[in-house]
Amino acid sequence: MTELKVPSVAESITEVTLSKYLVKDGDYVELDQPVCELETDKASQEIPATVAGVVKFVAKEGDDLKVGALICNIDETAAKPAGAKAEVKETKVEKKVEVSKPVETKPVEVKKEEVKQSYAANTPSPAAKKILDEGNVSAKDVKTTTGVSGRITKEDAINAVRAKASLPQKEAFSRNERVEKMSRLRKTVSERLVYSKNSTAMLTTFNEVDMTAINAIRAKYGDAFKKKYEVNLGMMSFFAKASCLALEKFPSVNAYIDEGNIVYHDYCDISIAVSTPKGLVVPVIRNAESLSIAGIEKKVKELAIKGRDGQLTMDEMTGGTFTISNGGVFGSLMSTPIINPPQSAILGMHKVQDRAMVIDGKVEVRPMMYLALSYDHRIIDGKESVSFLVAIKDFLENPHKMLLGADPVELLIEL
Amino acid sequence: MSTYNVVVIGSGPGGYIAAIRCAQLGMKTAIIEKYDVLGGTCTNVGCIPSKALLDSSEHYHNAESAFADHGIAATGLSFDFGKMIARKNGVVKSNTDGIAYLMKKNKIDIYNGLGSFVTKNRIAVTNAKGEKQEIETEKVIIATGSKPTKLPFITIDKKRVITSTEALSLTEVPKHLVIIGGGVIGLELGSVYQRLGAKVTVIEFLDKIVATMDEDISKELLRILRKDGIEFLLSHKVTGAIVNGNEVTVSAENKKGEKVEVKGDYCLVAVGRVPYTAGLGLENAGLKADERGRVAVNDHLETSVPGIYAIGDVIRGAMLAHKAEEEGAFVAETMAGQKPHINYNMIPGVAYTWPEAASVGATEQDLKKDGVAYKSGKFPFRALGRARASGDLDGFVKVLASKETDEILGVHIVGARAADLIIEGVVAMEYRASAEDISRMSHPHPTYTEAFKEACLIATDNRALNM
Repeated sequence: MTELKVPSVAESITEVTLSKYLVKDGDYVELDQPVCELETDKASQEIPATVAGVVKFVAKEGDDLKVGALICNIDETAAKPAGAKAEVKETKVEKKVEVSKPVETKPVEVKKEEVKQSYAANTPSPAAKKILDEGNVSAKDVKTTTGVSGRITKEDAINAVRAKASLPQKEAFSRNERVEKMSRLRKTVSERLVYSKNSTAMLTTFNEVDMTAINAIRAKYGDAFKKKYEVNLGMMSFFAKASCLALEKFPSVNAYIDEGNIVYHDYCDISIAVSTPKGLVVPVIRNAESLSIAGIEKKVKELAIKGRDGQLTMDEMTGGTFTISNGGVFGSLMSTPIINPPQSAILGMHKVQDRAMVIDGKVEVRPMMYLALSYDHRIIDGKESVSFLVAIKDFLENPHKMLLGADPVELLIEL
Repeated sequence: MSTYNVVVIGSGPGGYIAAIRCAQLGMKTAIIEKYDVLGGTCTNVGCIPSKALLDSSEHYHNAESAFADHGIAATGLSFDFGKMIARKNGVVKSNTDGIAYLMKKNKIDIYNGLGSFVTKNRIAVTNAKGEKQEIETEKVIIATGSKPTKLPFITIDKKRVITSTEALSLTEVPKHLVIIGGGVIGLELGSVYQRLGAKVTVIEFLDKIVATMDEDISKELLRILRKDGIEFLLSHKVTGAIVNGNEVTVSAENKKGEKVEVKGDYCLVAVGRVPYTAGLGLENAGLKADERGRVAVNDHLETSVPGIYAIGDVIRGAMLAHKAEEEGAFVAETMAGQKPHINYNMIPGVAYTWPEAASVGATEQDLKKDGVAYKSGKFPFRALGRARASGDLDGFVKVLASKETDEILGVHIVGARAADLIIEGVVAMEYRASAEDISRMSHPHPTYTEAFKEACLIATDNRALNM
């Protein structure tokens, strides 16, 4: 009997959740066949069998387990049943389907009687086949077939494609409640947010930035930039660059309190809040102050893709001296972001909106964005925080200043 | 210069259907036709005119040989061949006018002239007067079709040695028509002139006629046509055709290598058709035809140049109008981002002889070759009340079904109205019906369709009810 235990996933992780088994209790597994999936704060990971044999479950799905805790036993002395492999495969597929569905409110109907399948089962009609092809649904995956001998009618195909597009047919009203276990990630996020609120003296200052200059640069150079660097010239790079320059001017915004000390950073590791299918993650652009605009854009794209695919490593998500969060992508006009501890400040970007502004005594339409800076007043004074935000605004409205960290002409005449 | 989303080159059944479907899907569409009238081979010198002449000659033939049985005396019977041809021309015109109307209705621009690639997005159209104009397009559908195959050792003078095109517009009924090729085209035209009094000799290289059809169909059709008076020289290799005044001497070798000579006043060369791309300037678009003259396409019917598609006779597959039509709609929908499909195994083939022959799916020889366990049900029309009432007793329906599952794998019909009956086989097979499924569906009585049901009963369980 070999014990399968929770491996050490990453240095900072001491506890994981057994999110699901990928085999059934009593199944025969091959060496290296994934047995279960563990979920950590940041990612999920499949755990392979260390020997071939029959699995005996110890921990249950949903259990929180410490590193080193026993997941299951594998009896390597058990004989491999004939046709075991095919059977195992089938089980796995079945499981996957089940898990991908949201938690069922009703028990799944299990067909008891074994109906002999017709050779024509799941044969789509010509019209049904076109609908399935266009909906990327395989005929064999159509569950409800109403044609003779399990044939797929046009209506079956429409329903199957609709179901796949997850447009559930809603009941007129419902008073169902669903209870789902909080994911590791959600739990961690919630703990850290409350910690941040309770342990800092947080407040938010606002400003607004006229995006005319940045928009002009993106319109003028966007195509050439994309051609040369194979990445879009977005807004994030300008905000990151402006932040780095402003952080150099106001080091306390880039610092944090460590017991009785203040730790200053001579570098800017910018955390970028990224929304992923599993929730919010905050990967870090290291030494952002040293990167070019293209370098930042490439890094942002790389991290966003990794985040979406759940490929971010622990290293890529820890550290960070300052955070930028862009609620504007979802349409937010103004918000008060929460500091990502132990950092001391977070910049909130918002939606760019055409607004009437008074410029030289005249009303003009300008693309405006509200900026928010939430900061820990224990370490950053009001004057610094406001000046920091004004500096960012100034860099963004006058991008040429970002080249040398100040107006080139002022530098030239040494003002 | 006019610019289009799609330009279709060729206005046969493939091309004009493609153009209509493109227009329906919102594309700005143009169609280029070399000739003054739309419709291509099918409408002008193929399917439609041959059916007009087949029906005219069939009426005459019935009056001459079948009416007496029905108690109708038709004395002093005669026909005006010139009027038959004129009627045929009228049928063709109403069809081509119909296509022109459809183009207008769908706001498709027509360009009359030879379409030729300048680049992959630019097509030059040169009309009969030699005037040239160019049009721009995002996508192109090549639908240039095919033309009759020539034999290297025979000169086609289009007067005495003719192709199917000339055979549809003769000024007299031949005395003795010698036909090279026992395929569908040769047999249909042979039937026309045989009924109108010509002696008809068919010389075929293979040992059977309509070679791609099921062997039972081929044998039955041969038997019936021989009975009607058409002479067949099978396993004969034609070596030449020499015109001397009004006489054509066709020479051939039989299986033993002996020389055979057949003298007639007309010789029809009907040995198949070849893809037609002359003057299309494929090379200017970065394309070339393969060694058989075809344009190569992938599963989406797209050529090696993205945005250029090809359909119908000019690509691989059966040279059939309805195959080209399916492909035309398929390409239009594919270009619109849809995912259509064509089940090539379900494209029926038809010979409009009398009786007609029609086929879909696997032949018995296909199943034998592939080692498929099958069962066969064959029901003769002779046993049906409907057939006896009309007097069309020849032929049968043959259903081939899987021995294991009873699924219908092939349907082969020779007999009256086979061309229309075959669609029941197509629908059944598209839905993968079993032979028993068909035998449990009500078929109207008395009709020829009952033969289909009876053949299915035999295939299922050998329990025909009317035999």
